[in-house]
Amino acid sequence: MSTATVLRKITFRETQIEMAHGAGGKASRRLVEGLFAPLLFGASAGPLGDAAHIQINGTKIAMTTDSFVVKPLRFPGGSIGELAINGTVNDLAVSGARAEAMVVTFVLEAGLPTEVLEAEVRAMGQAAEKAGVIIAGGDTKVVEHGKADGMYITTTGIGRLMAGVEISPQTVRPGDKVLLSGPIGDHGITILLARGELDLEAELFSDTRSVFPLVEAMVREAGSGVRWMRDPTRGGVATSLNELARDCGHGIILFEEKIPVRNSVRGACELLGLDPLHIANEGQFLTIVSSEHAEAALNALRCVPGGEEAAMIGEIREQPEGAVLVTTLYGGSRMVDMLVGDPLPRIC
Amino acid sequence: MKYVDEFRAPELITKAGEEIRKLADPRRHYRIMEVCGGHSHAIYRFGLKDLLPANVELIHGPGCPVCVLPMGRIDDGLSLAAQPDFIFAAFGDMMRVPGTHGSPLEYKARGMDVRIVYSPADALKLARNNPEKHVMFFAIGFETTAPSTALTLLRAKTEGLRNFSVFCNHVTIIPAIRAILDSPDMRLDGFVGPGHVSTVIGCRPYEWIAKDAGKPVVVAGFEPLDILQSIVMLLRQLRKGESKVENQYRRVVPWEGNRSALQAMAEAFELRPYFEWRGLGFISQSALKIRSSYAEWDAEQRFAVPGVRVTDPKAAQCGEVLKGVLKPAQCKLFGRECTPEQPVGALMVSSEGSCAAYFNYEHRKPVTIANAATN
Repeated sequence: MSTATVLRKITFRETQIEMAHGAGGKASRRLVEGLFAPLLFGASAGPLGDAAHIQINGTKIAMTTDSFVVKPLRFPGGSIGELAINGTVNDLAVSGARAEAMVVTFVLEAGLPTEVLEAEVRAMGQAAEKAGVIIAGGDTKVVEHGKADGMYITTTGIGRLMAGVEISPQTVRPGDKVLLSGPIGDHGITILLARGELDLEAELFSDTRSVFPLVEAMVREAGSGVRWMRDPTRGGVATSLNELARDCGHGIILFEEKIPVRNSVRGACELLGLDPLHIANEGQFLTIVSSEHAEAALNALRCVPGGEEAAMIGEIREQPEGAVLVTTLYGGSRMVDMLVGDPLPRIC
Repeated sequence: MKYVDEFRAPELITKAGEEIRKLADPRRHYRIMEVCGGHSHAIYRFGLKDLLPANVELIHGPGCPVCVLPMGRIDDGLSLAAQPDFIFAAFGDMMRVPGTHGSPLEYKARGMDVRIVYSPADALKLARNNPEKHVMFFAIGFETTAPSTALTLLRAKTEGLRNFSVFCNHVTIIPAIRAILDSPDMRLDGFVGPGHVSTVIGCRPYEWIAKDAGKPVVVAGFEPLDILQSIVMLLRQLRKGESKVENQYRRVVPWEGNRSALQAMAEAFELRPYFEWRGLGFISQSALKIRSSYAEWDAEQRFAVPGVRVTDPKAAQCGEVLKGVLKPAQCKLFGRECTPEQPVGALMVSSEGSCAAYFNYEHRKPVTIANAATN
């Protein structure tokens, strides 16, 4: 972990925690950087990646944890159990590590039907097997009825770092390319529609999956050309890339027509006034690859089943410093900022 | 995607941009107001300013329902919802708008039952599903959303649904345009007319702008090509010295409007003698109130409303921005004290608000990149 940024002073000034502090956008970042980092990570805090890299007796491992609080528990294309495994596998994958082992914590609501729990545990077992990760242990707590929305799941995983890949925003250079593993917004829009509050229907499924096979194939081809990776979950592609832009200090230019978005996601976003770039994904990842390795990396991604729609969506430039700009084929352009709070549908 | 892609076709957009450059007289400066916040949003989102010559200036109008709502109305609505067993339902647009003691979302975090709905009918459904609670729909919007509120009131009455009410903040667009035209510091050459409002009221209500005020109006859609074409149409009129009302958005807007929507509005609403607008002050006959025949479903007639009046924070220049006198970035608070995350004024909150649109899409945009080739 780099020690370039030293954070010690508490800068978090808000008087209470709001929903936005958990939505993955700017408020989340303020909380982590302004309160957690200075008190917990001290002077060793570097840019906040998806997983921590630690050394034990000379062996470097990656470690990460994630909690899952999704409503509804099951949705088209997946469920909370599957998300809980894939989410942590993916956080490790994009920090350059293969998930090896995981421990699981369940917070269960009294009154939760056993069959619901069993289905989720089964889903976790299957997802873990598919991802090749061992569930090494766990813990269970039960809270009063009316709390915990049925269940919350936390997974904590460790992984072995792949050889020959150094992931750091500091290695990103102007001219590098931005690659995306596939269409965006499927998960977020699926969940929004599955809540049934909007009276909208679409043939759409969550994209939850392990991205490790894609990461592995790409790293094998592009090796040291891979500068940075991130899975754009809450806050979407826009938030992940804004964080990168801030951390590396360069500008990121996206070519709108190159960004893969399914028509059903586009349609829902048009109707609701949302930007697909702000919508959560659970089975995609973004990567920055040096220009000489970019073609090879893209081909490697496209050869992996499920990576056919991978695309080169943009590039790193000197300008706009620390920010993200989207350009269109007809010559218009717009800045894209991090998500502010949760995406809210608008009226007209 | 049908009805979208054909209006974003790069070659047609490029052509429209060229046409605008050809029509704009280089010795003249054009000031065109887009009345509707939806247009402001689209102009920034699609980066359309990058396609216009420097002497064709677009000015944001007052057509953002959240923005023109004075803070006192939000305080009133939230104070009613503080009653026990109350559900405060509103559009997503309202959720982050600051009241004196916080936004609806902040009230929600403190325990108030606040729900986001996508239509007033969803609020009615909430009332049906929660018979032990009272559901108050905090209604906002111009003539675009007013008919759906009216139909919901009609439905509530038919069903005899007693645990439902509407806190009505609906406003009408024509008096706001009149107030802008009457404003002495405003020099405008023409209007991009509101598209969605016109689906309801039609194009006839704008005729006085063309005839009496002598300014051309082109009612426009919201895709890049719609907006550029409407500017082409305005420039053609200005070039010929004409001022007419034209309808660019014919695929959606009938010249005479939507009769059944207007009927529903007339059934449920009447004009308020006057209503306060943020930035524009009190404007007579500019807002709708619920008729006494629907008093039971009118939160203002049914409950005691405090009638809070709050002046905007002094340093905030929302009013000037709303009137088009100032550009968002010219406000003293823009991007410093006032950001989408910690908004001082509503213009920084709503996606229709010109400050939010400017902050999100344009602010910090380097000039050198504005016209860069895509790749």
